[in-house]
Amino acid sequence: MNGRKIGGVILQVEGISLAFGGVKALSDVSFDVREHELRAIIGPNGAGKSSMLNCINGVYTPQQGRITLHGRSFSEMTPHRAAEMGIARTFQSLALFRGMSVLDNMMAGRNLRMKSNLLLQALRLGPAEREEIEHRAFVEKIIDFLEIQAYRKTPVGRLPYGLQKRVDLGRALAMEPTVLLLDEPMAGMNTEEKQDMCRFILDVNDEFGTTIVLIEHDMGVVMDISDRVVVLDYGKKIGDGTPDQVRASPEVISAYLGVAH
Amino acid sequence: MLYRENGQFKTSYRLDQQMLPIRQDRLLMIGLLLAAFLVVPLLASDYMFRALIVPFLILSISAIGLNILVGYCGQISLGQAAFMAVGAYAAYNLTVRIPELNFLIVLALSGTIAAAVGVVFGVPSLRIKGLYLAVATLAAQFFIDWLFIRVKWFTNYSPSGSVSTSPIEIFGWVVDRPVDKYWLVLGIVVVMTVIAKNLVRSAIGRSWMAIRDMDVAASVIGIRPMHAKLTAFAVCSFYGGVSGALWGFVHLGAWEPLAFGIFLSFNMLFMIIIGGMGSLLGSFFGAAFIVLTPLFLNQLPTWIGIPMSTAMISHLEFMIFGALIVFFLIAEPHGLARLWAIGKEKLRLWPFPH
Amino acid sequence: MTLNLKRNWPVATLFGLLALGMVLPLATGQSAPGFYIEVLLGGLMAGVLYSLVALGFVLIFKASGVFNFAQGAMVLFAALALARMSEVMPLPVAFGLAILIMIVFAWLVERLVLRHLVNQEGVVLLMATLGITYFLDGFGQTVWGSDIYRIDLGLPKEPMIVGQATFEGGILIGQHDLFAAMIAALLVMCLAVFFQKTPTGRALRAVADDHQAAQSIGIPLNRIWVIVWSVAGFVALVAGMIWGAKLGVQFSLQLIALKALPVVILGGLTSVPGAIIAGLIIGVGEKFAEVFLAPVLSSQFGLAGGGIEYWFAYVLALLFLLVRPEGLFGEKHIDRV
Repeated sequence: MNGRKIGGVILQVEGISLAFGGVKALSDVSFDVREHELRAIIGPNGAGKSSMLNCINGVYTPQQGRITLHGRSFSEMTPHRAAEMGIARTFQSLALFRGMSVLDNMMAGRNLRMKSNLLLQALRLGPAEREEIEHRAFVEKIIDFLEIQAYRKTPVGRLPYGLQKRVDLGRALAMEPTVLLLDEPMAGMNTEEKQDMCRFILDVNDEFGTTIVLIEHDMGVVMDISDRVVVLDYGKKIGDGTPDQVRASPEVISAYLGVAH
Repeated sequence: MLYRENGQFKTSYRLDQQMLPIRQDRLLMIGLLLAAFLVVPLLASDYMFRALIVPFLILSISAIGLNILVGYCGQISLGQAAFMAVGAYAAYNLTVRIPELNFLIVLALSGTIAAAVGVVFGVPSLRIKGLYLAVATLAAQFFIDWLFIRVKWFTNYSPSGSVSTSPIEIFGWVVDRPVDKYWLVLGIVVVMTVIAKNLVRSAIGRSWMAIRDMDVAASVIGIRPMHAKLTAFAVCSFYGGVSGALWGFVHLGAWEPLAFGIFLSFNMLFMIIIGGMGSLLGSFFGAAFIVLTPLFLNQLPTWIGIPMSTAMISHLEFMIFGALIVFFLIAEPHGLARLWAIGKEKLRLWPFPH
Repeated sequence: MTLNLKRNWPVATLFGLLALGMVLPLATGQSAPGFYIEVLLGGLMAGVLYSLVALGFVLIFKASGVFNFAQGAMVLFAALALARMSEVMPLPVAFGLAILIMIVFAWLVERLVLRHLVNQEGVVLLMATLGITYFLDGFGQTVWGSDIYRIDLGLPKEPMIVGQATFEGGILIGQHDLFAAMIAALLVMCLAVFFQKTPTGRALRAVADDHQAAQSIGIPLNRIWVIVWSVAGFVALVAGMIWGAKLGVQFSLQLIALKALPVVILGGLTSVPGAIIAGLIIGVGEKFAEVFLAPVLSSQFGLAGGGIEYWFAYVLALLFLLVRPEGLFGEKHIDRV
């Protein structure tokens, strides 16, 4: 569907099981993600999709299973290590820093790459100032890409929902990730906004080659833009393959899609 | 009309990022500083320096520190007075035991020692939040209170437990007139405010605010909560320590251990709530308010012609503070600084309505 | 609290140390057994009073999610009201009036403060109660005065001496302390039952969990808050009466009541049995530290005087917070994203 070359396996989850008290969120889920591909995770509400993303980037620690990223294997991941290893994500419920402007939210995404220490920052001496400008220039490119120039100094709390979602994406992009986890980036948007967001996601995948793992409910979008799909239901994997394969699978149809049409 | 930004286009990121991007603000700040250094000494009386201006400036430093911790980084501390005490006693011990040290170095060292203590008592913030953290900082307050009373070494074995200081001398300039004290403190305030402003608008400031707004998301984008919180505690205690040292040496001259008790901590918290959390300007507003109110209340009996005992005045002070805290928390959680900002917004448009 | 030792090792260690601290004075023969029991009883009785004030905290927290810093000020205010009114009327009448005053206070707090801060974060509410503390302090002293006042409960002043046969000299038990402990224990048990077993208790817990959700299922938020703060006020009155009768009603009463904060932390903010047990632990621990530990510190480290009581409870709570933030019986808090 596009000319990108999909590479080898970059992320692999094996046997992930996650439980909260008595509630099993994920049971023995395994799948892989290849470099440069656009992988969708779909399933009914409560299937464990967000929990899966949370496990990948260390917000939750699964009781069982391993995560292999860039060839390195972990049974326990922390959010910070995930960020250092190039994983960025957006949140279903918009985890933006409401007290800060759009620009500051996205500059915060650059923090990992900023090196000046406390003293230099305190005195705003040469290197600190230069670094600030250098990262500002990078963030401005993303602002241009997402077409939110007019809002860069606005506190995010004041923006409409659709724009906030863009800022969320922008902040994740500011981290220059190799793997981007998107948790329902189009939730709550109208058709026009969805088209914009689709365009941005595809552009990110095309231009920057970022591997994308996408949770999404809109079947049209999923079937259109993703390379491969994982289907979860009640914490278990019930489908894994190309959109066409998944669409035809009887288990997926009965659990989620309904009668094939 | 006067306050419009029209025509002030920023042609580089450097210009956009400077501390005071609007030209009118820059002019105002220069004017303010000139007035503060040159004009005020001509106009203000010794009493005004001693009772109003110098305490206001000294407490502003501590308020800035506390605002960084509470307003910018979203933690809570009910023990700021304890860190001020650490600074004061550190400065005392340094001047007594190493008299040759330049006072400015003593200040820097006292702040650093206070910062170290602050980091230690900030460690609980890595695991606990909100009210639990408040109790932890209370523990710090009471423990440090007790330490300075009981461990005689700190007060140089003074029999009464109080310590007294001699006038400060820096490079031959003896700071004993009220106007001298004013200049010294003003200079320190200017430097420390610039530093605070720099910190707040750079990467570390963003990491503080990120932790405040949503610490789970912050860790996801690679900010280390531990680093952010402990630096916030360190900076807060540094400012508190410097402020405490100045409070003891410049304002009080002599003090007993309970001078830095729990009610000073509460007052500091009130300063930033009323003044505005998350705003450096708010720290100044709050400090001014807390310093002015008792003085104002002291004059009240003479103004309205009803005699009131000093006890009554202090009760009134408590009631007013309490009521105002509740009022600000309900009506304007961002304090006087927000009211000021709203005023400025209106000024931008003036004389047009919108 | 499971017996999973791997997770609970900090608690086990702490209890081990506390137990050791309690046994040592007896074992080393540093103190006579009779004196030891006196200290123990004194600690237990202080502990019961701490539990009482702590229960006020827990009540308000469970029902409104508010950490009521003003509980100490409420104790002082109630005691002042009682002391001053009992000067001009019989004690039971004054007591009844004081209850009414605390109910009015609860109603005012709900109306003027809580109603406007629904669903704000805990820290904001904490600071609001700090404001209430200051206001109540100033107001109370304006209305009732700021001297030291007496409350006369009509109890005999001489202590009882029991167990003269077993212990040399017998054990001194202040009758006042005994009476106080019994009242407090009774009240504590009633409150515990109220919370755990009644439908109102369940409603209170729902409200503590989520104000808006509770409202949407028809729980009258405002009325619940008035009820809870009134009960907390009543608790404050009883505690103030007992303490005030013993120590005199004065400003420092408030700081003693503030000791209940570490009790609540240790026991777990949401736990009624936790408040009780933690109160006893801190009461006893404090007394023991003051009586047996202070001389050791003084002789070994040259630290003059005592005053360990000042911070012992807080530091204990702090240590606990580091290893087990939810306290002994509290609920663990999970952040969901």
